[in-house]
Amino acid sequence: MTSTTTAQPVSQSSIDAARRRRARMAEEQRQSKMMRTLVTPEGAALRLKLATASERAGAFAIDVAIQWAIVIGSLLGLSYISAPLGFGSGRNIAFAFWLVFFFFVRNFYYIFFEIGTKAATPGKRALGLRVASRDGGRLTANAVLARNFIREIEIGLPFQFALMSQDQVTAWMALLGLIWSGIFLLFPIFNKDKMRVGDLIAGTWVIRNPKVTLMGDISHAAASKPAETRIAFSAKQVDAYGIHELHVLEDVLRQSTPEIKAQVAERIRAKIGWKQETGETDIAFLEAYYAALRQRLEQRMLLGQKKIDKYDTRP
Amino acid sequence: MSDVLKSYRFREERETDWRKLDLILTRAENNGVKALSDEEMSALPHLYRQAVSSLSVARSISLDQNVTNYLEGLCTRAYFFVYGARTSIGERIAVFFRQDWPAAVRSAAFSTVLAALFLFGGAALAFFLCLQDMDWYWTINGQHSFDPRNPEATAEYLRSTIYTEPGEASDDQLTAFSSFLFNNNAQIALFAFALGFAFGIPTAWLLVYNGVLIGSIYAVFWDKGLGYEFTGWLMIHGVTELFAIILSGAGGFIIGGAVAFPGRKSRMASARDAGRRAANIAMGCVVMLIIAALLEGFGRQLINSDTVRYSVAGITLVFWMLYFYLPRERVRP
Repeated sequence: MTSTTTAQPVSQSSIDAARRRRARMAEEQRQSKMMRTLVTPEGAALRLKLATASERAGAFAIDVAIQWAIVIGSLLGLSYISAPLGFGSGRNIAFAFWLVFFFFVRNFYYIFFEIGTKAATPGKRALGLRVASRDGGRLTANAVLARNFIREIEIGLPFQFALMSQDQVTAWMALLGLIWSGIFLLFPIFNKDKMRVGDLIAGTWVIRNPKVTLMGDISHAAASKPAETRIAFSAKQVDAYGIHELHVLEDVLRQSTPEIKAQVAERIRAKIGWKQETGETDIAFLEAYYAALRQRLEQRMLLGQKKIDKYDTRP
Repeated sequence: MSDVLKSYRFREERETDWRKLDLILTRAENNGVKALSDEEMSALPHLYRQAVSSLSVARSISLDQNVTNYLEGLCTRAYFFVYGARTSIGERIAVFFRQDWPAAVRSAAFSTVLAALFLFGGAALAFFLCLQDMDWYWTINGQHSFDPRNPEATAEYLRSTIYTEPGEASDDQLTAFSSFLFNNNAQIALFAFALGFAFGIPTAWLLVYNGVLIGSIYAVFWDKGLGYEFTGWLMIHGVTELFAIILSGAGGFIIGGAVAFPGRKSRMASARDAGRRAANIAMGCVVMLIIAALLEGFGRQLINSDTVRYSVAGITLVFWMLYFYLPRERVRP
């Protein structure tokens, strides 16, 4: 091997590229830690992605906001309706009903929504989350009850301790209590399945199941053009990139601005040594290249060769 | 057209079925199972299996990210729907009252006795301590207790809190007050349940503490020779309320026991099974506390006769005992 003797100067850009690649791989690794495989009775493997602690905190914040809106809205509505009754019997009975209503909103809001077919509260639904049984079986009503009754200590207990601090002694007690109850509150951060204590007791977890819309196939636009106007690439040109770049290109074509598309087209042209022909738009070029690249990579994949990115030079 | 990708042809052939499944699922999720026609219901399993097989094919031949993500999401949704619970909420509630709740309570007999011992033990302790020396009342309830029913109150005043004068203005305030108490008690019951998983220790403490509060106030009335009357006032709803608190404590002990002594199961599996079982008891406690609040808010204000109060207390006790512990045939849905 002569590589040691003929060491070429390594350019800064290739160091950066390698660093970016490592960071990307680390991120993929991290993401794959959140994936769980569920084998259906048909023998197919579904990949479930667990909700992160921050997603769940976001969903909870939305739910709490909705609960407060219901509670305050109903109180205002009630006082408006019962105002003509003045102080006395009518008002008190109305207030008694409201207190009971408040209790149900507080404790049964989550249960009501999670028992339904969507198995998610409005907050969870907004973030594409749902509750599922950890063993892959059906989510029973008992599990929903258990996971939500436990919520009382996860949220209620830290609040109770935070609010009780009158003198020196109770302040210390409260601090210790706050730390103790804080363990429950922060429990989801410290376990790999991101479970609350309630999830642990009920045997459930929260997964991401967002609704994806099926969009058109980009490769079809290029393929449906008449053969003579189609842009053709050489084998070397379509071997320049791998699957990762294909997916980035897909994202660019589906959702970015014309300026970014122009930049990307410019980069690809430079990389593969493509001369822009007259009348060739950036979009048409990108779509044609996407189709050609995907065809090449899919062919190779069928032969068992997965070229994961442009650095992947395995035969 | 050799230039058309294999993965595109694959998609073209199956796309209508995917969209059909998507539509059915969306309808079912938004409007419930009843919104589906018989035709759609019978098409569902077939469409589901097809989508699942499409997913595994797509994973191996297609590099269209959007398609694989779409199928992944679609299959997951379909899986949860096809293998999800199919009972309606009404059926579920019926099964809960007919079977699940009494069965769960019956299976927790040992924990129930334990919880009762903690509650009544605390009450007895405070009661006898206070009878010997009324200073204990202030130790237990704090020097700044706002409750006017304290050892310094007169017997006449204490008697007036037990009975309602006809046409008394405070009737309706008491309605509001009792629903406030219901909130409070239900929250305590859920707390006792939820705290169980810390080996049941906080649950035991909560039960003893509540027992001590009851015992101390009982001593105040007993001291003034109002023991018989106060028992009637307390027990008309107290039978149901205290029973509910004992049962929620029992639910907590079940979880605590399962966590501490998992037996042959893993600790997680043991906690999960106990948690699901005990959740039935906790749900039932909320129902009992609603009944207790009704008895407290209306029954106690309207009924001023000791005999009737005692008989209501007796009837509710017999009712709960029969409902929970009477042996019955098991109905499996």
